[in-house]
Amino acid sequence: MATLTDVIDRPSSQSGLWSWITTVDHKRIGVLYGVTAFIFLLLGGLEAGVIRLQLAVPDNTLVDPDTFNQMFTMHGTTMIFLVIMPLSASFFNFVIPLAIGARDVAFPRLNAFSYWVFLFGGLLLNASFLTNQAPDAGWFSYANLTEKPFSANQGLDYWALGLQVLGVSSLAAAFNFVVTIVNMRAPGMSLMRMPLFVWMTLVTSILLVLAFPVITVGLIELTFDRNFGTNFFVPEGGGDPILWQHLFWVFGHPEVYILILPAMGIVSEVLPTFSRKPLFGYPVVVFSGVVIGIMGWAVWSHHMFTVGLGPVAVSVFMITTMLIAVPTGVKIFNWIGTLWGGQIDLKTAMLFALGFVALFIVGGLSGVSHAVAPSDNQQQDTYYIVAHIHYVLFGGALFGIFAGVYYWFPKLTGKLLHEGIGKLHFWLYFIGMNITFFPMHYLGLNGMPRRIYTYASEFGWDGLNMLASLGYLVLLAGTLLFIVNLMISLRKEPDAGHDPWDAPGLEWSIASPPPTYNFATIPQVEGLDQYWIEKRRAEAEGHPITEPEAPVDPSTIHMPSPSYWPLVTAIGVLILGGGMLVDTGWDYIRFPIPFIGGLICFIGIVAWANEPPAKEHAGDDHHPEAGHGAEPHAMVAAPVAVAERPAGAAAAHSVRLICSNCGNQLSTNFRFCPYCGGAVENPAEPHQEG
Amino acid sequence: MAHQMEVSHHAPEEEHPTSTGINNRKLLMWVFLSSDCLFFGSLIATYMVYRGQSLVGPYPVDIIDVPITTISTFVLLCSSFAMVRALAATNEDRQGGIIFWLLMTAFLGSIFIGFQVYEFNLFREEGLRIDTNLFGTTFFTLTGFHGAHVTLGIVWLLALAWIARKGRLGPKTALDVELAGLYWHFVDIVWIVIFTLIYLIGGFDTGPAGDPSLVPHSITGFLGLI
Repeated sequence: MATLTDVIDRPSSQSGLWSWITTVDHKRIGVLYGVTAFIFLLLGGLEAGVIRLQLAVPDNTLVDPDTFNQMFTMHGTTMIFLVIMPLSASFFNFVIPLAIGARDVAFPRLNAFSYWVFLFGGLLLNASFLTNQAPDAGWFSYANLTEKPFSANQGLDYWALGLQVLGVSSLAAAFNFVVTIVNMRAPGMSLMRMPLFVWMTLVTSILLVLAFPVITVGLIELTFDRNFGTNFFVPEGGGDPILWQHLFWVFGHPEVYILILPAMGIVSEVLPTFSRKPLFGYPVVVFSGVVIGIMGWAVWSHHMFTVGLGPVAVSVFMITTMLIAVPTGVKIFNWIGTLWGGQIDLKTAMLFALGFVALFIVGGLSGVSHAVAPSDNQQQDTYYIVAHIHYVLFGGALFGIFAGVYYWFPKLTGKLLHEGIGKLHFWLYFIGMNITFFPMHYLGLNGMPRRIYTYASEFGWDGLNMLASLGYLVLLAGTLLFIVNLMISLRKEPDAGHDPWDAPGLEWSIASPPPTYNFATIPQVEGLDQYWIEKRRAEAEGHPITEPEAPVDPSTIHMPSPSYWPLVTAIGVLILGGGMLVDTGWDYIRFPIPFIGGLICFIGIVAWANEPPAKEHAGDDHHPEAGHGAEPHAMVAAPVAVAERPAGAAAAHSVRLICSNCGNQLSTNFRFCPYCGGAVENPAEPHQEG
Repeated sequence: MAHQMEVSHHAPEEEHPTSTGINNRKLLMWVFLSSDCLFFGSLIATYMVYRGQSLVGPYPVDIIDVPITTISTFVLLCSSFAMVRALAATNEDRQGGIIFWLLMTAFLGSIFIGFQVYEFNLFREEGLRIDTNLFGTTFFTLTGFHGAHVTLGIVWLLALAWIARKGRLGPKTALDVELAGLYWHFVDIVWIVIFTLIYLIGGFDTGPAGDPSLVPHSITGFLGLI
């Protein structure tokens, strides 16, 4: 194998198509994730459009029931696995290394691998449309509807294998981000100095690491049932379909928090920035996030109250479900506390963050209402559930993500998104979302079941359904407006500067867009909201910071070289998974194609492990043998000169701005430090307000 | 950020410093193993939930052969000892020892796999296939995925031995061996759990005609008991 990797040089293109295909730069991978997921968002939105068009009027015959089943299945699956998760991953990729003061993630090539596997998994799932066998059993595909006798075509195989491939991507990314956050923080950034978004990414990644194997096993069992005649979920063979529900929701409920915690993290960055106040009660918000992550494992059966688990099990899960509302409520009060007394600046990002808080409260309240099992018996499988999930995932997760888009877009591109169009986008989304989904509460309580492809007029559901469908048009207009905004903003000259919002995070201290190496000098972190600390100190010293960190010659900083092998290995994973769709029916080798995929994976991994360093860096690589299995350039700390900082300076110049007790920065005139609770001394000298 | 521009040239170190002092790759391996715990946990849970639920034979008591599997279990445990020796040889830079003990670990692992292939074939001849009953379904899935893990570990060990033949393994690259060792020991520990549950405890299970009070009737009933 060494011969193979000796012949093929490491790719080195910095621009053009190949540079994107072979990139291992976390910022570029973040862009790839974001763009791909946005295209899937449009696709999932289109599927939602078919659903709303079909349901706009009673007794509609626009699509047949089969197509309708495919639409709601693919809409749900796409939005969850191909839109919200990868959009969150896009932020993980772009923001996390910048926010913790690192030059890249811990395993840059593994990161590229995650992206390619995600792309291929999404394509595999959607390839089902090309063979007219799209999955049609709902996004949680309850057994035994998914068994061969009831789903005879290959739709469910596409679904199971597509999710399996996507799981590989999610797991690889989650491993990477756990290690990155635990191990790659800039000096001085203790855990309790990490920005909230970093904390929530850590919790999300740990949830992914532990939750995904459970669905992996569920999907394996489903695939075996469908292809090898096993009896996991087949009652005739003694199997119990309820096992699928347990496996799915043991994964599925942590998954709910995997979807919402990143958005909560984004909102916890945006609200303080535009309130010009540190996050209220930071440690409590961190603690609440961690507690949500732990308690998320003890509530899964609330998805199954109508299954007949027995009164004891139902009561237990009812109580745990209500308990988990407590840390969530704590967070909401902390966000409101952050706004209280702040100098609120209603930029688009802030509007989306406020929209998140408002809509998430609505979704949270309807959630508590079906935490009550007796009331859930009424709501189960009705549009009330559909309303709830859209309030928390559209009004919650997606609003949080758009807050992040408007917030970090200037860092990514150096250009601000147009504020006027952005605000219009927000209001169209906010109003459209409520028009679409609020009526569904009433429809559900009036008995309209979810997943029916049409309904008779005498049920009295006509008006509200029409209203919901009109709301969809408003949302569509909002989405198109966002695309227009993107196109307009990308064409203009860079106008953002490095720090348009006077934000607290480390990522704002460097140029926009960030240089390849991110930080010329690895920052030294003294407290929470580090860049606020530095800016306020510089202002107090009389020379405010107006420029980003000056660029240096990139060749002086050793960064990981691009690589072909993540892509090759990802292709192997695709063939390994997708090859299961081809059943030759032969006696001994019914499924030959996965073996080819496995072989490609093997070649990819061996080549990956033995990859030579790029030519231009070959000279200064002192341990050429370090190849096997390692990331030879796990960059981080090319030892750079850490800025000399006079030790006492921080305290001396800004008594009023930095808590003398815990070192955290305070932007308003607190008498008590919100971080450590210690009394804050009165200002010893007047200072300039920034 | 610092207003200081000077950047020293890259001076490679053996290990880049990390926030926790734990090597990135080692931490990655631990995180991966934690994930794998849940993977095997789910498979084992499936087995336990369906224990004694088979509607037709052969039942475990008919075909499970505890003594034979005890031997293969013993061989697998010995392979963990060989793995420990391989890492020790790497740390002490005994090149012959590295290759010998890596190959020995892989060899003992292969013996275990050989026993498994023999057992699977025997069960098939005695009428237990993956689609025969719930016992076959859960048994072959769980032990099959464990066997796949062991096989992957053997490939990994052989690859390390291949690398070692040119003296590329030694104290500086001991982590390469240590990571394979972590994986290998983990797979071993999983087997101890599987052996205990499937063979020592579940190996004498009969069909549904057995005492129903010993076996929860279904998961639903099981949760109802809580």
